[in-house]
Amino acid sequence: MMKDRIQLDKQGRLRHLLTIEGLRREMLVELLDTAESFAEVTERSVKKVPLLRGKTIVNLFFENSTRTRTTFELAAKRLSADVININATTSATSKGETLLDTLHTLEAMHCDMFVVRHPDSGAAHFIARHAASHVSVINAGDGRHAHPTQALLDMFTIRRHKHDFHPLIVAIVGDVLHSRVARSQIHALSTLGVQEIRVIAPRTLVPPEPASLGVHVYHDLERGLRNVDVVIMLRLQYERMQGALLPSEHEYYRLFGLTEERLACARDDVLVMHPGPINRGVEIASSVADGPHSLILQQVTHGTAVRMAVMSHAMRTGESS
Amino acid sequence: MKPRLHIHAGRLIDPANGLDTLADLYVADGVVVSVGSAPGGFQADQVIDASGLIVCPGLVDLRAKLREPGEEHKATIASETLAAARAGITTLCCPPDTTPVIDTPAVARLIMERARHCAYSRVLPLGALTRGLDGQQLCEMAMLAEAGCCGVSNDRRPLANLLVLRRAMEYAATFGLTVFFHPQEFSLVDGGCAHGGAVATRLGLPGVPTSAETVAVAGILELVAELGVRTHFCLLSTARAAQLIARAQHDGLPVTADVSAHLHLTEHEILDFDVQCHVQPPLRTLRDRDGLRHWLQQGAIAAICSDHQPHESDAKLAPFAATASGISALETLLPLSLRLVDEGLFSLSDMIARLTCQPAEIVQCGGGNLAAGKVADICLFAEKKYWTVSENSLVSQGKNTPFLDWEMQGQVIMTILAGEQVYVREESP
Repeated sequence: MMKDRIQLDKQGRLRHLLTIEGLRREMLVELLDTAESFAEVTERSVKKVPLLRGKTIVNLFFENSTRTRTTFELAAKRLSADVININATTSATSKGETLLDTLHTLEAMHCDMFVVRHPDSGAAHFIARHAASHVSVINAGDGRHAHPTQALLDMFTIRRHKHDFHPLIVAIVGDVLHSRVARSQIHALSTLGVQEIRVIAPRTLVPPEPASLGVHVYHDLERGLRNVDVVIMLRLQYERMQGALLPSEHEYYRLFGLTEERLACARDDVLVMHPGPINRGVEIASSVADGPHSLILQQVTHGTAVRMAVMSHAMRTGESS
Repeated sequence: MKPRLHIHAGRLIDPANGLDTLADLYVADGVVVSVGSAPGGFQADQVIDASGLIVCPGLVDLRAKLREPGEEHKATIASETLAAARAGITTLCCPPDTTPVIDTPAVARLIMERARHCAYSRVLPLGALTRGLDGQQLCEMAMLAEAGCCGVSNDRRPLANLLVLRRAMEYAATFGLTVFFHPQEFSLVDGGCAHGGAVATRLGLPGVPTSAETVAVAGILELVAELGVRTHFCLLSTARAAQLIARAQHDGLPVTADVSAHLHLTEHEILDFDVQCHVQPPLRTLRDRDGLRHWLQQGAIAAICSDHQPHESDAKLAPFAATASGISALETLLPLSLRLVDEGLFSLSDMIARLTCQPAEIVQCGGGNLAAGKVADICLFAEKKYWTVSENSLVSQGKNTPFLDWEMQGQVIMTILAGEQVYVREESP
């Protein structure tokens, strides 16, 4: 559906990672396989490999983030790259510098890769389109559009437990309308060929024409969880109460909060995931978040290996081009 | 003295008078003096060979931002009226959202004076409906009309409430001023920048539902039904809104409508975040595009306008939602409309009517008509001449167009404004 293939080079290899959409299944599998080998590295006592020695990676964050920025930083350091963190919410941009000027200034310092988070959908595409030819851009979340490394680490986590994607029924529960994570997960899951993707939420939190994403929509959590192999909870943001999207957290939890009783509707070996940070008692009960089905902390652990894989792939094409 | 012109052997298409025929046109003192045969004793100062060309009234564009006063870094009256002349447009209506706003006769006069001085095309300002477009207090509309405003509009800014809307309509009607509405219910737009459909869902862009337009149209139509005031709807984007207007016209309400880029582009053009396709109202679905074409053909939509919005290149250098909306569109107005003829939507004459006499009637400016005695605003163009849109090929200061590298059909060869040749294409046709 995309008009150009800005994230791939002429040989079809990954140059930027902006969105999962448009990437072939083989490429996702290759990234997951690479992440698997890096996962072993991160479990060793000396956790470094010299793949990106001498490279400079900039974490350019226009939105606050702790876990994503930290795991990107860790990933870069474990690949032996030099890392600079720029919290752009408090720096040049607030002095009126444009996004493009910030970008060109950093390019002038000979940076090799930008890891970008920005509140506007399409910001990573914009930066990739205007970046110098030797620079790779990794999208660490742009508006409501995409968060491809989160989706990849979720796929990595699912694969470690389920091995085969094809028979899986996956439910994504919560605020899909505003969620870049959900969009990227949906693309990843459908590219990897799961049997069914469900979205479970009140109508106010479902984007228009959800069928165009290839998902089935449920408004009843218990019905939606039936036979589900993986349930992915989304964070509910407090702002949603103000926009008349929801009446209260209380009612939301009553209808869409994941409790042990409701989880019992799913398959016995169901996996519970959440991109974090979690709101206990709003979208998920503590007993579930901390319970035996929960993979929430594993997701965080896998984040580093997956981001190492993405960085090393994107930088590899930068070398040869 | 203005030159006496004999426009020879062109295909004269003058829909206001039902003409589509090979005929000569004679112009003197800035007006058409005869069609077909020369008046007795007519001595031409210049004979213009129009063989192989279409000769039609100069185009009347109901909406073009000229950016002056206030945003001269984007464009000026001089730069944009020149671009208009090149595009065969002899009358431009400019919306009131200049800085300062066209809410006093002085601003309206300033704009018209500048345009007269440049002498490339006629500019008719639309006055503001409310002061500073604040949506609260009515403008001095009688004085704006006296100064030459061809209508009043609050542009794309909201009115405080329906009572202000109702009173503004009544007050404007007192002076025979047509109110121009950009139908949108602001609470439903809710910061959206793309059609609330599959593409916005995919790209994670905040969506504008169809109802943001249709709710506004339906509300205004109810007021028109009650008040009987002449009302014009600008820039329809949805088929449903066009249908509502068609039904109202069928019921005898004095409403008209125009349409612009939504005739040619759909939401799919914004895939990959193409900022040149960031327009308001947003590009809608294919079904909407086809519906708009249908109602244009049926006549419920009377006019095609450019909705020209020139920008400096920086205005488009940002992520999609953060970019300025709008297309630099004067110079593609006629070629894109010719495309519709090519695709069989209507005849060349019907298309020209929607660019000339029909918009002229909406603003009651007297243009768009080549009968003897009418002002000689004339466009000569080569219907089958092809050219490619590039930054260099555009005269407008704004190079922001999604049609870059598109092949366009139809090239203006000469534009005559009140009997004066304001544009002549250099190379031979």
